[in-house]
Amino acid sequence: MNALTENQRTSAGVSAPTPRNKGGVSPLDWFFLPARLAARQLFFERARLFSAIAGVMFAAVLVFMQLGFRAALFDSATRLYAAMQAEIFLMNPLTMASFRPEALPRIRAHQALALPEVAQAVPVYLAQAAWRSPETGAKRAIQLIGFDVEAGAMRFEGLDKISDALRQVDAVGFDVRSRPEFGDVATKLAEGGPFEVQIGNRMMRIVGIVEIGPSFGADGNLVMSEVNFRRVMRARDPANVDLIAIRLLPGADIQAAKERLKALLPGDVLVLTQPELVAHERHYWETATAIGFIFGFGSIMGLIVGMVIVYQILFSDIANHLREYATLKAIGYSNFYLARVVMASALILALLGFVPGFLASIWMYEFVGAATFLPLGMTWDRTITVFLMIFGMCALAGLLAMRKLRDANPADMFS
Amino acid sequence: MQAEPIRIEALNYAYGEGELRRPVLRDVALQVGVGEVLLLTGPSGSGKTTLLTLIGALRAMQEGTCTVLGQELFGAPEKARVALRQNIGFIFQNHNLLGALTARQNVAMALEVAPRLSEAERLARAGEMLAAVGLAEHADRLPAKLSGGQRQRVAIARALAGDPGLVLADEPTAALDKVSGAEVAHLLRDLAKSRGVPILMVTHDPRILDIADRVVAMEDGRIVEKM
Repeated sequence: MNALTENQRTSAGVSAPTPRNKGGVSPLDWFFLPARLAARQLFFERARLFSAIAGVMFAAVLVFMQLGFRAALFDSATRLYAAMQAEIFLMNPLTMASFRPEALPRIRAHQALALPEVAQAVPVYLAQAAWRSPETGAKRAIQLIGFDVEAGAMRFEGLDKISDALRQVDAVGFDVRSRPEFGDVATKLAEGGPFEVQIGNRMMRIVGIVEIGPSFGADGNLVMSEVNFRRVMRARDPANVDLIAIRLLPGADIQAAKERLKALLPGDVLVLTQPELVAHERHYWETATAIGFIFGFGSIMGLIVGMVIVYQILFSDIANHLREYATLKAIGYSNFYLARVVMASALILALLGFVPGFLASIWMYEFVGAATFLPLGMTWDRTITVFLMIFGMCALAGLLAMRKLRDANPADMFS
Repeated sequence: MQAEPIRIEALNYAYGEGELRRPVLRDVALQVGVGEVLLLTGPSGSGKTTLLTLIGALRAMQEGTCTVLGQELFGAPEKARVALRQNIGFIFQNHNLLGALTARQNVAMALEVAPRLSEAERLARAGEMLAAVGLAEHADRLPAKLSGGQRQRVAIARALAGDPGLVLADEPTAALDKVSGAEVAHLLRDLAKSRGVPILMVTHDPRILDIADRVVAMEDGRIVEKM
């Protein structure tokens, strides 16, 4: 058959095209030509193109927000631990999360000092108490963090400046990034100096501010010395602490020290390095609560909505151009070629929708971050993840819409 | 001696199954010679369009033999039929141009299906073809900006651009007025003759019978008359 058609080609009259690249289609043409056809058809109908882009953009923003919230939750939940400047921690094995700690004996801190590489063992007290707003009088739970303010085991922003003041009786430092419901403490402090606030059943004095940030477990934070912590939490037995932060001598092997502490201490404490402690807290929020699931579910819903929109657009595009697709089939285009056209349309929509969605999400992160006091921020990891999700979403929509191509029957073109 | 572009023997075809089975082609035999212009006429439902779609490899054969451009279509797989279609120029009752593409790009689509030429060569060739159908000035217009006759001429340019071994046309003048219909028919005939391409055209239109080398009439699924 080849010989015959070749024969006819040369027998044709004017300007017979010289065969070139007879071996087949180059890989560039293999994708470029269908993609160009897809682009021409997409850009021909601007209104529909924009609604498709808006759909993809909507999905991208939704997924970015959901994943952003999820990451912010985990970041904020572990922010307290991440701010601690110690290599190893001792914790009650039953403690699930920092906002609801189980106590462990304070004596374990002293026992840990038996190891020569341990420089400091700092007990930390954690509790939640009611804060009575100085403005409205309303009560609200706030996280108390009591520790030896001079040991240098915490590196909260601003702590160094107020560590002397925190040694005074009833002095506490306020986390300026706490939610605004606690009152505008920073302004009040700047205008009138230290003032009294009822915390639990005691009047305490705000002497300065630190920066920690709220988490899903705590809307606000107060830092104070061990002694002042006991003054607020009178019922607490000072022999029971919630966490022990262990600082090693410079250059000490953390893993080896951890193993030696395990061997040294009885089984009622869990010995964790700092990354392990952060992971432990994170694990709680990921598994013991529905929050991680909810945001994952929200992401999937966003992708499904986006997929339905893209599918609708591609499907109606094929349905409206059924005659044109059937004509292409009649003149020798294969089903697979047309499938590549549909696929290219999907991927063009993915790209065109993702870029504005990405930019809108950066703006939304700032806006929502300011409103919720959550550490929302764009990361490269998430950018790539969401891009792949949107890409996959559009590809799947394209695969579904492709079934409509079967209706393009070239034999129907003849009436 | 070259084989006939189309040779059909003992071809039967029916729609439906079982009790609903309705034969539309009965024992059809037909040959189209090299460079021949053959018109197929007959009333609606006589089976001529079905015959055209079978020759165009747009339907699977049921019975008989049908050799088109050296390819036996009985039992031919989809892939072979798609490859054969690339060597056939199709002209439809409606122009069926791609609305999003200019006339030149529409013609180039016939060359992109199996790209042997570079992009520049394809566009140049499409331009030549449009000039040959008298549309050189309208090459970069969208189909919506062209008249019916102009669109059908673009369709002719598209059908002939790929140097097909055969042109199949289905009532190409039905949607056109008398003058442009005759123009389009003669243009198609002249271009095909100058290239030695055979044409098989289904038509009701008595005004264009003069372009034919041979006219064949069909009735009730049979070829009844050869003029």
